[in-house]
Amino acid sequence: MKLTGAQALIKSLEMEQVEVMFGLPGGAILPVYDPLIDSSIRHILVRHEQGAGHMASGYAHATGRPGVAMVTSGPAATNIVTPLCDAYMDSIPIVVITGQVAYSVIGTDAFQEADTVGITMPVTKHNWLISDAQDIPRVVREAFHVATTGRPGPVLIDLPKDVANAPMDWYWPEKVDMPGYKPNVKGHPRQIKDAARLINASSRPVIYAGGGIMLAGASNELRALAELTGIPTVTTLMGRGALPDDHPLCLGMPGMHGNYTAVTAMQKADLLITLGARFDDRVTGKVSTFAPDAKVIHVDIDPAELGKVRHADVPIVGDVRTVIEELIKALKSERTKNDPPDLSPWIATIHDWQERYPLKYTQEEGGPLKPQFVIERLRDNTPDDCILVAGVGQHQMWASQLWKFKQPNTWVNSGGLGTMGYAVPAAVGAKVGRPDRMVWAIDGDGCFQMTAQELVTAASERIPVKIAILNNAYLGMVRQWQELFYEERYSEVYLSPDLPDYVKWAEAMGCVGMRVDTADDVVATIEKANAIDDRPVVIDFRTDWREKVYPMVAAGSSNDDIILGPEFGEGGR
Amino acid sequence: MTIASRPHHILTVTVENKPGVLSRVAGLFSRRAFNIVSLAVSPTDDERFSRMTIVVDAETAPLEQVVKQLNKLIPVIKITEVAPAAGVERELMLVIVTAAAETRSQVTELTAIFEAKIVDVGYEAMTIMVVGEPEKLDAFSDLVKPFGIVELQRTGRIALPKLARASTRLRSVKTARS
Repeated sequence: MKLTGAQALIKSLEMEQVEVMFGLPGGAILPVYDPLIDSSIRHILVRHEQGAGHMASGYAHATGRPGVAMVTSGPAATNIVTPLCDAYMDSIPIVVITGQVAYSVIGTDAFQEADTVGITMPVTKHNWLISDAQDIPRVVREAFHVATTGRPGPVLIDLPKDVANAPMDWYWPEKVDMPGYKPNVKGHPRQIKDAARLINASSRPVIYAGGGIMLAGASNELRALAELTGIPTVTTLMGRGALPDDHPLCLGMPGMHGNYTAVTAMQKADLLITLGARFDDRVTGKVSTFAPDAKVIHVDIDPAELGKVRHADVPIVGDVRTVIEELIKALKSERTKNDPPDLSPWIATIHDWQERYPLKYTQEEGGPLKPQFVIERLRDNTPDDCILVAGVGQHQMWASQLWKFKQPNTWVNSGGLGTMGYAVPAAVGAKVGRPDRMVWAIDGDGCFQMTAQELVTAASERIPVKIAILNNAYLGMVRQWQELFYEERYSEVYLSPDLPDYVKWAEAMGCVGMRVDTADDVVATIEKANAIDDRPVVIDFRTDWREKVYPMVAAGSSNDDIILGPEFGEGGR
Repeated sequence: MTIASRPHHILTVTVENKPGVLSRVAGLFSRRAFNIVSLAVSPTDDERFSRMTIVVDAETAPLEQVVKQLNKLIPVIKITEVAPAAGVERELMLVIVTAAAETRSQVTELTAIFEAKIVDVGYEAMTIMVVGEPEKLDAFSDLVKPFGIVELQRTGRIALPKLARASTRLRSVKTARS
């Protein structure tokens, strides 16, 4: 069968079971947009290419399937670099297709030419420039394979216009043949046995569960491991929901804005069972003083993560789900030989911390609306399987701290790159992937202004996402740092609560816009928003600009020097 | 400290012979802040593959991380570390040395001692080719410096494991693992 390169590309995407893609056409990608008309693939027309990338990422977060975005060459390709980098840092599988100027004019500074493959090399797991239409099915097959296997990540296919127009003989490769790419899935049995022995000999162990649990679909296995051993578990920013927050063994989020118990349990632990996490600096604080007494078991599918930041006493390369299964078996057999240690003193210590140092804030009667209050009311008035999306900053930290995640893949946020503006497009992508679920985004006023135009996309495509803006009129996290570390010298952080008018802006974009000034109106407005299912909703919550995120470990400090905040008296320590 | 005596690791890396591979490898080194001392790329007997000999500054780059990160590059097929004691290292240098009539014989003599070769002769200068271990090249350039070096170029070293002795194999063919 003779096809054009463009037809072959669309057919290849269909072969990869792609149901939806996010994109925006332009000169170099025009040939591919033509056969798209006749395809079963739904295309969501974004308003900015960055939106397409984050939508693909939100879709991947919520469904576990790769998200697909397609844009044209040059400025479109550079606009999607941020989502690629974002997905790279958080290991999110997305496949980005970019148009390119004709192969014959590459290198001549042609109109809308950019060295897309060169630019995106450091922010993709791999990328391809196609020079021959005959290669298209093979490259698409390889691209999806690379994006979704091993440590997942973003990939990019750059397709020159003349290649898209060239004829090719259709085929579909039965299997992928990539001699340089063979991810290791199965953990080494001896290492797993060593890990089991170490676990069975530790009296202050902590499971340190990261985003890898979600990527591997290992939350059931994680729960089984925690319950078998009774080991308390922290879930990182990317791993929130890996173990339900209402589980008695779940300690919540560790790190710079983690709760006291999660941070301190890691500091005092004699063993960290690290599962799909990477000792990010936001988790460890000052590395040399992080969990000083702990031995480390580190399970990761990416060998380069083992020993990158922290020496692993037992490094295990493998898929975290498979490894946990094997580890449970090894532990059971280990326990027939040696009794497990009594963890009750450790658990008692942890319970004591939880009681003494909970997350605290005060919503005063008639006082300014506290952002934490809004999040808690939202949490209590949405279904358990509601997908929560966040941007980056104070609102993200409060959301991660206070939300009670009951299921995996219900938390969508930008962890590694910290991309402001992530929430609106990611929420749209999540809702497209899971139309059966309620999708709420908690966003900051600074973040919202970066990508709000994608609500036009949502309104016109009837994607009913709900956005709660915690409008404190500041770039809040930056303001917090200036207050604490720059002697309250506020530099370029004030945004104004009224400019723009968020309600009017929402309405102009085809959404329902509402505004809440007082605590009394919060629940009623959330309920009103929950009842709307035919268009997006934006609520402008006017929150207290003085509120800061606590606890906090200052950048570069030891996690031992965690600051609890003013609610805990002078100095908050 | 001379180039040759700086603590270093030598990696010979078999890569797919495809466009952009050098850029992927070089980009990896720069974004992970690993310093390259020298880099030589050449085709192998199999036209599908090229071989890179990368000399890495041991102080900026923990060897294990370098190898693991390199391994993540899809066009990288095989990485072998050649420990300096267990490998044969060679490098080629071309150097133009000022050599007027009164000093020419001294330069020629040095060239003979080093088993180097005069490959071009001008009125005021000579071009000399030196092949050998990097330390030998260092020594030669030090010795001719007083005469005046007009220009100097080195290829960067290439290396192969010594025969009939165990080479430090950090990682052989990737396919062996699956």
